[in-house]
Amino acid sequence: MARTLINLPPAPKQGDVIEVRTLIAHPMESGYRPGADGKVLPRDLIRRFSCLYDDGTSREQVFQAELHAAIAANPYLTFPLLVTGAGTLTLVWEGDNGFTQTESVALRLG
Amino acid sequence: MTCGAWRTRRWGGVLGAAVWLMACASAPAPDTRRSGFDFMSPATQAMQRDDSQNPAMLWVQEGASLWERKAGRSALACADCHAAAASSMRGVASRYPAFDTASQQPLTLGQRINQCRERRQQAGVLVPESLAWLGLESFVAMQSRGLPMDPPVDARLAPFVQRGAQLFEQRMGQLDLSCAQCHTQRAGQRLGGSVIPQAHATGYPIYRLEWQGMGSLQRRIRNCMTGVRAEPFAFGGPEMVALELYLAVRARGLAVETPAVRP
Repeated sequence: MARTLINLPPAPKQGDVIEVRTLIAHPMESGYRPGADGKVLPRDLIRRFSCLYDDGTSREQVFQAELHAAIAANPYLTFPLLVTGAGTLTLVWEGDNGFTQTESVALRLG
Repeated sequence: MTCGAWRTRRWGGVLGAAVWLMACASAPAPDTRRSGFDFMSPATQAMQRDDSQNPAMLWVQEGASLWERKAGRSALACADCHAAAASSMRGVASRYPAFDTASQQPLTLGQRINQCRERRQQAGVLVPESLAWLGLESFVAMQSRGLPMDPPVDARLAPFVQRGAQLFEQRMGQLDLSCAQCHTQRAGQRLGGSVIPQAHATGYPIYRLEWQGMGSLQRRIRNCMTGVRAEPFAFGGPEMVALELYLAVRARGLAVETPAVRP
């Protein structure tokens, strides 16, 4: 289980465009760097990030990103979101070596 | 505003001159000390300012959960004795390193946490630079964020501060450089592409972009020592603690920034 930080503005209103901020602890090892012993460290990347928004009436993907070797460790991703109702955001990070991390956060309207 | 300008604007005559002389005599020298924060790019500064952007908060989060977790044979969590860290640990980190009567030596915050783990919780000590160690230290230190650095004024610490000051001035390594030659005499100038900061250790443990991770002040010092091709001091060794203590005294009054971000 990786550590994550997800930040939503408190009490948004319907129709607002909010910024969803996410941070996840991950080494994002590029697969090109030598380690202390001189051997190349095996690649270990998050490859894909997606966000599903269930606003009470429909559940759809509202954001998706592909991540590559040049992205720093502990990637910070933010995206705008149009608030269409109170509900749940499901954030999924997937990567090498079968890495998956799923986090759900409740979106409450103000 | 200079004392002269102040005089001409507000005062005249003998009385004014007398007041001006008194003001000049009592005016303290301006504080030229600046945190490493001031030497960073606006983007890196923004990263530190905003907790939702600061990757160090991932470690702080780990520390917060360790604070509540029971450990060792005592089955006590930090919170069982110290209650809420936000009140009990407020201002603690700004007072470290502090003198430990039992060992007759100064202890850093990290060592103090491990001492508590060993003696009170009867748990295994945390490995320096491990996730748990950095997490707990940064969580405790963050409670002092914004407070001025206030190392204890303790006569028993004086020889250690002196030793630290001497180490700071001592040339070392194949490059034959002392800490002071860069961080006091050449602060603000450049080393390669990077600005040399004044080395005020106000934000440790830090998230360092170059490390892509979190690290302690001791890791940072060892890093610098390797840079001048010197053999780095051991983690938690007496030289390291003395240097850490001297740096705290040197930065007295500057605000604690933990968890800071540095390039």
